[in-house]
Amino acid sequence: MIRVRLPAHLTHLAQVRGEIRLDVVGPITQRLVLDALEARYPMLRGTIRDHQTGRRRPFVRFYACEEDLSNESPDAPLPDRVVTGEEPFLVIGAMAGG
Amino acid sequence: MSGVRVLVGTRKGAFILAADGARRNWEVSGPHFGGWEMYHVTGSPADPNRLYASQSSGWFGQLIQRSDDGGRSWQPVGNEFAYTGEVGDHLWYDGTPRPWEFKRIWHLEPSPDDPDTVYAGAEDAALFRSTDGGGSWQELPGLRTHESGPGWQPGAGGMCLHTIILDPVNRDRIFVAISAAGAFRTDDGGTTWQPINRGLVSQQLPDPDAEVGHCVHRLAMHPSRPDVLFMQKHWDVMRSDDAGGSWREVSGDLPTDFGFPIAVHAHEPETIYVAPITSDSEHYPPEGKLRVYRSRTGGNEWEPLTTGLPQANCYVNVLRDAMAVDTLDPCGIYFGTTGGQVYGSADGGDSWAPIVRDLPAVLSVEVQALP
Repeated sequence: MIRVRLPAHLTHLAQVRGEIRLDVVGPITQRLVLDALEARYPMLRGTIRDHQTGRRRPFVRFYACEEDLSNESPDAPLPDRVVTGEEPFLVIGAMAGG
Repeated sequence: MSGVRVLVGTRKGAFILAADGARRNWEVSGPHFGGWEMYHVTGSPADPNRLYASQSSGWFGQLIQRSDDGGRSWQPVGNEFAYTGEVGDHLWYDGTPRPWEFKRIWHLEPSPDDPDTVYAGAEDAALFRSTDGGGSWQELPGLRTHESGPGWQPGAGGMCLHTIILDPVNRDRIFVAISAAGAFRTDDGGTTWQPINRGLVSQQLPDPDAEVGHCVHRLAMHPSRPDVLFMQKHWDVMRSDDAGGSWREVSGDLPTDFGFPIAVHAHEPETIYVAPITSDSEHYPPEGKLRVYRSRTGGNEWEPLTTGLPQANCYVNVLRDAMAVDTLDPCGIYFGTTGGQVYGSADGGDSWAPIVRDLPAVLSVEVQALP
């Protein structure tokens, strides 16, 4: 079970409260988690990753275990504590203007 | 008519202002989509309960929202805007080629007779259409791939397709305007396009009367006379009597002919409205006086409309999509400002009153007359 936290704009859009818990099977990667997230909440498609390129949008960041994973490969394994559900995978709106 | 509904898009959310036909007492709902930039909110002429909204954010990109109950509830619909085929390049600000890149939807234009058909004007400039209520979007690529496209260059606000007018008589004819490429027309439902900029003169261009490159800010048409178009250009208020085939200046005695919106009275096709702005470097009204100007002669002769509008220390702007007219009698006219005020007039502009005063900067204003 993977825990995911979204920024306020996206929790409103997805109409969720608090953390999202996803059952994800297989080697846990950023791509797998985001695929599962978008499968459950299709309205999030295009808001975290660009529709055309599939890449992280420029002002979105991915954090976990006090590390910035934004520039890691989408197919790199996520930290063990995210995989075990001990720590959440954080989707963040970057600090950038008003 | 039982009333009106004014749809307001702002930098930080959407607001819906509702009143009965007297248009004196208003109910305000919102913010809808608080914190998001709402470039445009509009309703279907075929079904006033069907609304579409362009919701965007620098962080999270573009969404399209749809309401089927007049704005009480909304659902996100399709938000994938993919350019068709080889994307190609346009000119960047520094004159270098740059690939077309989707940024946002500036304007939504629903079909006059099908609530599920809606057009969307994009930055970087392209025209999209949905025929399934916004669920999916297809580009009409003949516009973006016009032979002049590689030479289009963005205006200061981006290379946006901001105006879409569907000809109410000839359903194969559509007019669009792009900053800073100019105005274009299709006569075959969007397959092929021609620039319609003859008569425009822009001193900012190396060739002032070039076929494309003009910074058209807004077009307006009265539905009873689809061959007559009015234009607020970067500078100059213009008029065409041949569906854009040629233009002539009708700025006349305006205090300044720079501005953004232009609108036509609902029942008087020769009565038009503009909101003059000091200059391209001073985006606020001349002398700090917020004045709408009205021409009852289709241009050239203008009168200031000031009653109820601030006539001192007013330094707001009125953006291109932020003026609208209703179809009641007498005609109502509405506009929003970058200072967050939405003003309304229920007597064709003779007198004004603020409906709301303290919204975020207003990007767009539309109005629906409700049955």
